[in-house]
Amino acid sequence: MATNTHTEHPGGKAPFPPFQGETFPSQIFWLTICFVALYVLLSRVALPRLGGVIAERNAKIEGDLEAANRLRNDSEAAQAAYEKSLADARTKAQTLASESQAKAASEAEAQRKELEAGLKAKLDAAEAQIAKTKSAAMTNVRTIAVDTAGVIVERLTGKAPAPQAVERAVDAALH
Amino acid sequence: MADPIHQFEIKKIAVLGHIGPYEIALTNSAVFMIAAVVTIVGFILLATSGRSLVPGRLQSLAEITYDFVADTVRSTAGKEGMKFFPFVFSIFTFVLVLNMFGMIPGFFTVTSHIVITGALALLVILVVIIYGLYKNGFKFFKLFWPSGVPMFVMPMIVLIEILSFLSRPLSLSVRLFANMLAGHITIKVFASFIGLLATSLGVAGWALGILPFGMLIALTALDLLVAFLQAYVFAVLTCLYLNDAIHPGH
Repeated sequence: MATNTHTEHPGGKAPFPPFQGETFPSQIFWLTICFVALYVLLSRVALPRLGGVIAERNAKIEGDLEAANRLRNDSEAAQAAYEKSLADARTKAQTLASESQAKAASEAEAQRKELEAGLKAKLDAAEAQIAKTKSAAMTNVRTIAVDTAGVIVERLTGKAPAPQAVERAVDAALH
Repeated sequence: MADPIHQFEIKKIAVLGHIGPYEIALTNSAVFMIAAVVTIVGFILLATSGRSLVPGRLQSLAEITYDFVADTVRSTAGKEGMKFFPFVFSIFTFVLVLNMFGMIPGFFTVTSHIVITGALALLVILVVIIYGLYKNGFKFFKLFWPSGVPMFVMPMIVLIEILSFLSRPLSLSVRLFANMLAGHITIKVFASFIGLLATSLGVAGWALGILPFGMLIALTALDLLVAFLQAYVFAVLTCLYLNDAIHPGH
């Protein structure tokens, strides 16, 4: 150990290297040069370049996100417009349908009424005919009943009844 | 051969001249400092040469370092602290690369010299004082005048604050220096055990050498962590002190 290079210390052992004062000026000299060079190169060249790359990427990502957002908003607007036109068309169709339905219904109603009126007239005529026929038949029935009643009474009693009396009796029975 | 101090010796490669009475020489320490500058700047320039949107491995590493330091500065010194980002980045990468160089066998550890760590610490403190005075003027001294303290204890508090401020460069430099020095000495000591065992016990010594060798591996891993951690601690403390200059008054 005594054969160390720093022979200025004849006591034998050289001082601890970090405390050898004669090396300090050189170390500080080189530290100054190196650190200044490092600082200048980093702050002027290297870090702006590196920061630029990172900022560029962030800007690109932000731009892409913004574009994606815009496109999504656009598509949402388009979808809303489509849904609105669809709803409009549906309402229109419904209106149209209900209108035509109402029209058809009123037409049908009118036709039905016409038909009913015709039917009623026919019915009335038929009823009048029936009534007429019935009264004619009733008249015939009365004559036959009077005649038959006169004959029956004559057969039973042997004597022809008075025709007015028979007619009265038949009328009373018929009504 | 087994002297654990030998590795810290400054070796002159060439004497360049004299400044006043002081000799200026190109030394092994200077070579490693220059190598560190070239490595850092070269690494970033190489990493950004592609300028790719999707970064490769090298560019990722450079960007992670950038974001890491930027986050550290922003979280400890605030947004205004970002004007010191290049300064903190320089300090962090310089110390980190010098520490890591030291972990390579045969390489010189520049940061194991107190004059280097002391000069860096003084630089940090000078930047803090000069910027603090420039930015805040006389208000910078509020740093030593905490608010909400009763007047009768104030003299003592001010004294403590001034002492703590003055001890900052000391603790900053000694922490880094001592960590690097101690780590490398320990590694060297354990490594020399292996040789010692082999030469004194022969084959049995070689077999027993497994024990210090295992220890050596563990210590190397620990020192790698310390090398990174001390660079980070140095950078964080720089940010904290800069924060005092930007926002004085607690």
